[in-house]
Amino acid sequence: MIEVRGLSKRYGSTVAVDGLSFDVRPGIVTGFLGPNGAGKSTTMRMVLGLDVPDAGEARIGGRRYRDLRWPLREVGALLEARTFHPGRSGRDHLRALAASNGLPRSRVEEVLGLVGLTEVAGRRAGRFSLGMGQRLGIAAALLGDPGVLLLDEPVNGLDPAGIRWVRDLLRSLAAQGRAVLVSSHLIGEIARTADHVVVIGRGRLLADTSVAELSARSPSLEEAFFELTDDSAEYRGTLGSEGRTS
Amino acid sequence: MTTTAATPGRYRFSHVARMEWAKLRSLRSTWWVLAVTVAGAIGIAVAVGVNTEDAAADLTNNALAGISLGLLLVGVLGVLAMTGEFSSGMIRATLAAIPNRPLVLAAKAAVFGTVALAVGEAAGFIAFFAGTAALPDGIPAPALGQPGVLRAVVLGGAGFCLVGLIGLGLGAIVRHTPAAIAVLVGGVYVLAQFVAVATQALMPYLPIAIVANSLTVAQPMADDQVRFLSPWAGLGVLGLYAAVTLGVGAWLLARRDA
Repeated sequence: MIEVRGLSKRYGSTVAVDGLSFDVRPGIVTGFLGPNGAGKSTTMRMVLGLDVPDAGEARIGGRRYRDLRWPLREVGALLEARTFHPGRSGRDHLRALAASNGLPRSRVEEVLGLVGLTEVAGRRAGRFSLGMGQRLGIAAALLGDPGVLLLDEPVNGLDPAGIRWVRDLLRSLAAQGRAVLVSSHLIGEIARTADHVVVIGRGRLLADTSVAELSARSPSLEEAFFELTDDSAEYRGTLGSEGRTS
Repeated sequence: MTTTAATPGRYRFSHVARMEWAKLRSLRSTWWVLAVTVAGAIGIAVAVGVNTEDAAADLTNNALAGISLGLLLVGVLGVLAMTGEFSSGMIRATLAAIPNRPLVLAAKAAVFGTVALAVGEAAGFIAFFAGTAALPDGIPAPALGQPGVLRAVVLGGAGFCLVGLIGLGLGAIVRHTPAAIAVLVGGVYVLAQFVAVATQALMPYLPIAIVANSLTVAQPMADDQVRFLSPWAGLGVLGLYAAVTLGVGAWLLARRDA
């Protein structure tokens, strides 16, 4: 369970996330949608304690991230940008992370097998393709067998078989009772993977509803997404005058 | 479902240190930089030894001349141990695994410092024996039992370690590899040239001067114009530099977005 409450973050004069609140519940896949620059990645980094919010907070199982006792055993994360050193092998990368949270080396081999990297795990990760890098990131997220998963654009660089593999993986992880938050710019992919969807635009919450309910509003989830984000732009345009009267 | 409930306790310093050791040893650059440093220290010791003409010179200090030159390499290695995490994005994996940021830097410093100390001491002793063995006939070689000789060899290795830690702290403060290396080279080498010309009063406090003229001397430096620090005072000042850079680095690491 992830609870995001009133989360706000600005970089200089740019508001990245603006009073965002939502929950990510266990047992389902929650899709995280929004146009580029909507604040999805920033929100995920704040949940993980990597960026400090200007206001609000995020809690995981009732705790702030920095208070987790074994972070990798409680939360697994795949971030949008690469998070491994190019000079280190995939196996050594995972072994270092495993050591930090007291996980056995056998678990490293398990997750390597799970993501299909066993054969190439001894190679320097800098030589990995984009898809192999994503698989290494997913392996790192699964390392501690966590109850909460955050995945930022997990299908980036994957081929159709890889995309399908991620979809099945996320659904099975949720079916095991885990809370799964997954962002993607591929709306069709979210429609097929997620049960619930959180839509944001310019850092603000636009919708927090089931995929079925949102899809029913429009001919497709994609249409519903564009209607929501278009509305957000119009709402933005009138905010100045309304903001002063309220 | 998850292992959370079944696993008591929480991550401790020993876990973080194991992670940092796994990271340090799994990069080839670590080993070849250290190997080059040791080889360089030995090569310079032999070259200086062979060309010695003055039996009254501080032959121990001469044999350890390569340690001072190796400072640049261990400093750069320290910088890279931190900036490599920022440039690759690894820092986000590290801090997601261990959100206690000062603990991460403390473990990094402990692991890197231990490796640098071991390599520095090995380089110091091998360079001392190689350099003194290379002395020409007729010039008596210093022995470890003579006053100040063992101290000079041991403190040379310690200085090597402390400059590496200064590099690590600078990496945490500056974060970008080229900029951090520029600050390191500027602070340890280039600054020394300017200070030597401008004001000699500050000369004894420069890192390079501390290692070359305080830590690695068996006989006090006889210089009419500059009074260099005593070996132990030099060690204290250099240790203070390392502590301050690491302290500021830890403070900034904890405050800035990753």
